[in-house]
Amino acid sequence: MKYFPLVWAGLWRKRVRTILTILSIVVAFALFGIIQGFTAALDDAIDGLTDEARLIVQSRVNITEPLPQAFLPRLRAMNEVRDVSPYGFFGGYYQEPRQQINTGAVDIEAWFTILPEWETDPAQMETMMRTRNGALVGADLMEEHGWNVGDTIPLGSSIWTNTSTGTTTWEIYIAGVYHTGQGIPSDDIYIHYEFFDEARTNGQGTVSLYHVRVNDVTRSDAVAQQIDGMFANSTNETQTQNETDFTRGQIAQIGDINFFVNAIAGAVLFTLLFLTGNTMMQSVRERIPELAVLKTYGFSNATVTAFIYAESFLLCLGAALIGLGIAAASFPSVFEALDVLRMPLPMSVVATGCLLATIMAVVSALPPAVRAQRSNIVDALAGR
Amino acid sequence: MPSIVSVRNLSKSYRRGKQKVAVLENLNLEVENGDFLALMGPSGSGKTTLLNLIGGLDKPDSGELEVAGQRLDKMSSGKLAKWRAHNVGFIFQFYNLLPLLSAERNVEVPLLLTKLSAKERRRNVAAALQLVGLADRARHRPTELSGGQQQRVAIARALVSDPALLVCDEPTGDLDRETSEAVLQLLELLNKDHGKSIIMVTHDPKAAEHASRTLHMDKGELIDAPGVAAA
Repeated sequence: MKYFPLVWAGLWRKRVRTILTILSIVVAFALFGIIQGFTAALDDAIDGLTDEARLIVQSRVNITEPLPQAFLPRLRAMNEVRDVSPYGFFGGYYQEPRQQINTGAVDIEAWFTILPEWETDPAQMETMMRTRNGALVGADLMEEHGWNVGDTIPLGSSIWTNTSTGTTTWEIYIAGVYHTGQGIPSDDIYIHYEFFDEARTNGQGTVSLYHVRVNDVTRSDAVAQQIDGMFANSTNETQTQNETDFTRGQIAQIGDINFFVNAIAGAVLFTLLFLTGNTMMQSVRERIPELAVLKTYGFSNATVTAFIYAESFLLCLGAALIGLGIAAASFPSVFEALDVLRMPLPMSVVATGCLLATIMAVVSALPPAVRAQRSNIVDALAGR
Repeated sequence: MPSIVSVRNLSKSYRRGKQKVAVLENLNLEVENGDFLALMGPSGSGKTTLLNLIGGLDKPDSGELEVAGQRLDKMSSGKLAKWRAHNVGFIFQFYNLLPLLSAERNVEVPLLLTKLSAKERRRNVAAALQLVGLADRARHRPTELSGGQQQRVAIARALVSDPALLVCDEPTGDLDRETSEAVLQLLELLNKDHGKSIIMVTHDPKAAEHASRTLHMDKGELIDAPGVAAA
C-alpha cells in the first residue's frame, strides 16, 4: 500500500488522456456486459424456465407442417407418458395485426398437467371447462389490456377463418386467468383445441405440435426416440425434442446469436487493446526519466516493472469494473425495454469481463514494462 | 581519516555506434570521509561519468571502486540498487522531482524501500524538510515551488535516508546566483554540521569555493589531484 501514491500519480500523469482511455474502456465493457449478458441470460433463462421432462413433437419436415390428430391417442397410450396435449397455432392478434398475441389451441386439462407450475383459480378453471369459446388469459396480458374475467374479446387470427362468422375474428370469452410464477411473462391466451378445430374452415383433424410430459425426466430422450420410432416411415414422420432443445433450436433459427455477439465483443475488445497499449506505452515513455530517478534511489527493475503492471491493472480492471457495473445496473431495464424477462446480469459475464480486463492489463503493460526494465539509468537521466 | 571513496585505475568507455569512446582511463582518486569535493572541468571531461560510477549508477569497465566500504565494481545491478538505497543521496541539476507528488511525498520516496512505519517515515520527512527550510511547503507540488525550493526538496530527498555520501551533479546549474548561494550554503551546512561527505560536479568556480577541495578533470583525467597518480 505504501507504493500506491507512486502508482496513482503515474496513472494521472496526463489527466485528459487517462480520462479518455478510462471512458473508452468503461463504454466497451458496458457494451460487452450487455450484449454478452444478453446471450448468457438467454441461456440461463432457457435452462431455468424449460423442463426436459416436457417433449415437443413436430413434423420432421418443418414446424409449419401439421401432424394428424390421430397421433394423440397413440401418444397417450405410451407407458412412460403422463399426458399429452395437442397444440394448434392460432396466430392471434388484438384489434390490429401489429398487436400480436401468442394464442394456442390446447387440451386445457392436459396442458396444466404438462405445466404443473402454472396456476389458475379452480372456479375459473371449472368455468373454462364449461365454456366452449372460453379462454385462459395470462395475468400480464390481462393487466396490459385492462381486461376482466367475464369479458368477451374479439381475437383476430392471421391464419384461420371462423366458420360461424365467416371472418377471421373470433369471439373469445375470458373464463379465467393463469399465473406462470418464476418471473415468466404470462402474456399468452389458451383456448380449447376442440372448439378451435371445429370452428375453423379448414385444417380440421390436424395439429401443429404435440406437447408431451414424461413420467421420468431421465427417460426423456428415450421416450423422444420411441415417439419418432413409432411414426418412422409413415407419411407424417415426427421430430421430438425436449423443451430446452426445442427452444434453443427456435432461437438458433434467428441466426447464430452467440457468434455475432462474440464477434462484436471481440472486435471491440481487440481495438481497445491497442488503445490501452498505446496509452501505457506513451505514459511510460514520457516517464522514463522519472522511473530512472526511482531506480537511482534503489528501486529495483522488478519493482519499477511492478509499478507499471499495477498502473495497467488499475486502469484496465478499474474501468472495466465500472463498465460492468453500468451494464449490471442497466441490464434489467434493457431486458424490460425489450419486453423480455427482467433478469440480473449473469455472474459468468462479470467473471469473463474481469478475466478479459486482466488479460488486457497484462498485454498492455508488457511492452512499456520491458522498455522501462531495459532503460539505462544514466541514459534516462541524461534524456538520451 | 578513512576514505569514503577510493578509486584505483578506473576505466570507463562508451559505445557510440561501432566506435568505442574512452571516457575515463586508469583514474585514481581518494575522497576522505567528511570531505566536500568539487569536480570541475569542461564538458565531456568525464566528471559526470565519474560521479555516476561513484554513485553506483553505472559500472566501470575495469579498476577498483570502493565507496562507503563496499566494492561497487564487483556488485551485481540488483545489489548496487540496494546499496544506493542505503548509502548515497543524489542531487540533480534539474531536480528530477516526481511532478504529481507533493514535496513530502517526493522526499518520502527513498524511505519507501526501508522498513520504517508510515509514522516514522512522516517524522523523518518532516525533519528533512525542516532542515532545508521548507516545512511550510510540504503539501505543495513541484510546479507550485520555485527552482530553488524544488532543489531544496531534492536535497531533502537526498538526505532523508541519512546516507553518508551525497553526489551532486550541477546542483546550481539551473538556478540564479542568489538562489544558488542559498543551496550551496545548505550543502556546506550538511557537510560541516551533519558530517555528510559531498562530491559535487560543477562548472561554476563560485560554487566550487564552497567545497573544501576542488579537483579539475580534462579528457578523462584528474589534472591537479595532489597525491594521486593520473595516468
